[in-house]
Amino acid sequence: MWVALSYACWGISIVLALWMLYDWFQVDTTYTEDVLTSSREGELEAVSEKHRI
Amino acid sequence: MTVAVESTGTAVNGDRVSLLRVLGPAHVWALGVGIVLVGEFTGWNFSADKGGTLAALIVCWVVGLLYTSVAMIDSEVTSTVAAAGGQYAQAKHIVGPLMAFNVALFLVFAYTMLEVSDAILLGDTIVAKAGVDGLTHNSFIAATIVVLAWLNYRGVLMTLNVNFVITAIAYVSIVILFFSVSPWTQGAVLKLNELVTPGNALPYGWIGVIAAFQFGIWYYLGIEGTTQAAEEVRSPARSLPYGTMAGMITLLIAAAMTWYVCASLMPWEYLGITPYPLWDAGKLTGSPLLENLLFIATLLAAIASANGCINDAARAWFSLGRDRYLPSWFSAVHPKYRTPYRSILFLLPIALAFAFIADLNQAITFSILSGVLQYTFMSINIMMFRKKWPLGTIRRGYTHPFHPLPAIVLFCLCVVTFFAIFLGFGSQLSAMVAFYFLISVWFHFYRYKFVRRGDQFTMPWPKPQGY
Repeated sequence: MWVALSYACWGISIVLALWMLYDWFQVDTTYTEDVLTSSREGELEAVSEKHRI
Repeated sequence: MTVAVESTGTAVNGDRVSLLRVLGPAHVWALGVGIVLVGEFTGWNFSADKGGTLAALIVCWVVGLLYTSVAMIDSEVTSTVAAAGGQYAQAKHIVGPLMAFNVALFLVFAYTMLEVSDAILLGDTIVAKAGVDGLTHNSFIAATIVVLAWLNYRGVLMTLNVNFVITAIAYVSIVILFFSVSPWTQGAVLKLNELVTPGNALPYGWIGVIAAFQFGIWYYLGIEGTTQAAEEVRSPARSLPYGTMAGMITLLIAAAMTWYVCASLMPWEYLGITPYPLWDAGKLTGSPLLENLLFIATLLAAIASANGCINDAARAWFSLGRDRYLPSWFSAVHPKYRTPYRSILFLLPIALAFAFIADLNQAITFSILSGVLQYTFMSINIMMFRKKWPLGTIRRGYTHPFHPLPAIVLFCLCVVTFFAIFLGFGSQLSAMVAFYFLISVWFHFYRYKFVRRGDQFTMPWPKPQGY
């Protein structure tokens, strides 16, 4: 049973790794780099924090 | 074809693709306690080998004080600097870019090496349980790291929901073990009086207690990881202090229960070398149910810890890319799952490589070293934070009491821990310090010219006092 479980672990690892690589390729070829890297730090704080104490 | 808009509604044309704010205090607790709880299942007990069973208890409380200071300081600063990267973002705003770069590397190293240690532990535990000739841990290590990376890739909410459930099960298993051995009655199952005597409580004297600090860190290592969720919690000013402090209280209780049960069932000579103190405690009760429960809980604790570590290391790496401290390519956010997917994928083979070639002791030591470097920074950071922005000048979600006492206590305990690490792993400590020095030189003279200096300071704070 443990040996079968070991083979199953290899199988699951390979399948999920391939899926992530495929999704990565899909995303990178569908969206522009500007969109993908458009996240900015502190946007929420810039709106909500006024610092008038 | 390359397009600039998203069709599923997660990123609308003209909007930024950012991390998703979906987490609450329970997720913060699950992230912090999930990373740490594995330390009760293995790691802390090596402090008994360094200084005896009583030394393991002394460091449980003293290192608990260190981490309580960490949690309080972290809660105050992070409730104000609510950004992914946690301590990295704090360092950037309060100390400066070079410190921030180093802190981010401390974070990535600490969490990646802890993830590696967790995966090795899980693999070794399964191999030990199976007892099959020729069965190696490699397949279990690969599955742990890849499946959890996939989970993290697919979204933070499910990742931390899973962490909450498995961490709670692992925690409850410690509580069940504690109450199953009649802790109120010595002699029936527990034999603390016989196992810990004045003659063997501190076999190496007080220097043994100092040496035990190195592994006492394992009781709580990683609770500061809650801050990495800052950009993904719905209410950072409330959720982060609440989740972090609740996590610390939870861990103090778990650490005390774990020490009491294990010290009452195993002699220090064995307790200090076994890789599975709680699983062994389950076996020693004679109950197959408890033995199997603690075996499963050991696996779950390792999984929860690795899961949280992948989450945190990826966010620290992502933050470095976003500020161009590293190539901005790493700062990509998945438009559908809203996770730092390139950082997750980049760190995946690195974790796998270390897990296959490093041994558990090396990985743990590198993780602890990076963690203690980070705590030392935090004690200096809070002093500068209070000096530059005194109470009343900016809004804080939480204000920690007794300042500057926690910072001073934290700094002193970090110095003691460095000395303890030097006693056991002096060459690794020297190598790591040399590495951080060289990488700092590279950052200062080469990489920093790519950084957009004005863009990296994002908090809308008033000018610091004295500037």
